[in-house]
Amino acid sequence: MLLHDTALVYGRYLRQSLRSRFALLFGVLTPLLYLLFFGPLLTDLPLGEQGSSWQVLVPGLLLQLGLFGALFAGFTIIMENAQGVVERMRVTPVSRLALLLGRVLRDATVFVFQAVLLVLAAVVMGLRAPLAGILIGFAFVALLTLSLASLSYALGMKVRTPQEFGPLINAVSMPSMLLSGLMLPMALAPTWLDVLSHFVPFRYLVDAVRDAYVGQYTSAHMLYGVLVAVGFAGLAVTVGTRVFRTAGA
Amino acid sequence: MAAVISAAGLARTFQTKSGPVEAVRCIDLTVREGEILGFLGPNGAGKTTTLRMLTTLLKPTGGAATVAGYDLATDPGGVRRVSGYVAQSGGVDPQITVREELVTQGRMYRLSKAEAVVRAAELARELDLTELLDRKTAALSGGQRRRLDIAMALTHRPKVLFLDEPTTGLDPGSRADLWDLVRRLRDEHGTTVFLTTHYLDEADALADRLVVVDRGVVAAEGTPSALKLAHGGSIDATLQDTFLAITGRGPAPADAAPVAV
Repeated sequence: MLLHDTALVYGRYLRQSLRSRFALLFGVLTPLLYLLFFGPLLTDLPLGEQGSSWQVLVPGLLLQLGLFGALFAGFTIIMENAQGVVERMRVTPVSRLALLLGRVLRDATVFVFQAVLLVLAAVVMGLRAPLAGILIGFAFVALLTLSLASLSYALGMKVRTPQEFGPLINAVSMPSMLLSGLMLPMALAPTWLDVLSHFVPFRYLVDAVRDAYVGQYTSAHMLYGVLVAVGFAGLAVTVGTRVFRTAGA
Repeated sequence: MAAVISAAGLARTFQTKSGPVEAVRCIDLTVREGEILGFLGPNGAGKTTTLRMLTTLLKPTGGAATVAGYDLATDPGGVRRVSGYVAQSGGVDPQITVREELVTQGRMYRLSKAEAVVRAAELARELDLTELLDRKTAALSGGQRRRLDIAMALTHRPKVLFLDEPTTGLDPGSRADLWDLVRRLRDEHGTTVFLTTHYLDEADALADRLVVVDRGVVAAEGTPSALKLAHGGSIDATLQDTFLAITGRGPAPADAAPVAV
């Protein structure tokens, strides 16, 4: 039943995404601009990491794509709440978990698609990385967007107005981006900043993807990255499902 | 006749920043099978909150209720299978076609794809939506939208249909059509209809029995004529005066002393 319901909800929202092709491509614009206009600045800088500057930057941009994109997913649930769509689905016997999973899997699909576009562009710009590493990078994007979109929907169900939602998300996304070393590796940071960044879960993800991009699949970074990504996803989906079950309270 | 909905002491308190708000304090009611029940009350009386509890959208903070034998607290899944609900706002995506919404709804009620397609066509025929199947829901008129909302709620042939202010915003013609539709549902399918409304003419014309709520409790209940007799002073009283008398917001009785001269 869960599979049937998840597939149903997923299909509905994937068709919705496919209807707005413009939005589908637009999401990739910000990281693409970074790639084009920021990436070339790094080529000759010592970044304190292995591999070329592209192998350092692209993993960061992939997670940035997920971070900014998926955190805003909750905007759509605010609109759907206003239209009554969420309640109409919640009075049917459809699984509550599926109401969330169908949506976040759609988001993961969209962001992985955008990540593929971004990596293709990066290859044109000069990125060279092992295929397995690139695929692992996509898996991290998928897990991250699944988690963040779940939390974003949960928040969207709670706050109910875009006026409250927007500032809250901005307050989370900017510090997360800066403190996780997405743009430049934290290896460059003074100790206090490096220590602080270890309290931001995305730090572990970006370290893991950077390792994957230089072919190190069994490093400690990779282990921590996987643990944090999977643990965060489990937590986020649990929170999200709880909200879909009890919303309105 | 057997009771299809029974609620005892149903209550819901919301915790807000400015302290607890008792939206519904204590609702006792019984709805018989095949009855059209009008659920009336001033704004903020707790009508929608009651409806949202009876449809499993909101957990009661007190009391208990059963719908078609299924307990709200212990078997919400059972309640969902036997009831249909149309919210005030409806519940369709403006960018999706009528056909897709109807089919998806069928699938949410666990019909197979083929069954859902057949059921969508049936519902469209029954609710006069066949010509509109390939339109986006944004392109429907108010009356057409309402018929679609109701079609969606009827997908699984529910025993009980909950309608929250179904005719608000409709023109007189569409309202009359909707009344006919509600009566037809009851007469042909034996569906019990639980509807809230602000239009007293609607309650008078459509409902077999009325329940008036005020400040979160049942203030009066009975057939429209019994209520008129008991609270309006005569069977010929208007339901408007009766309603105002029940909720204590009416004109002062004729023999009352003037407050100031």
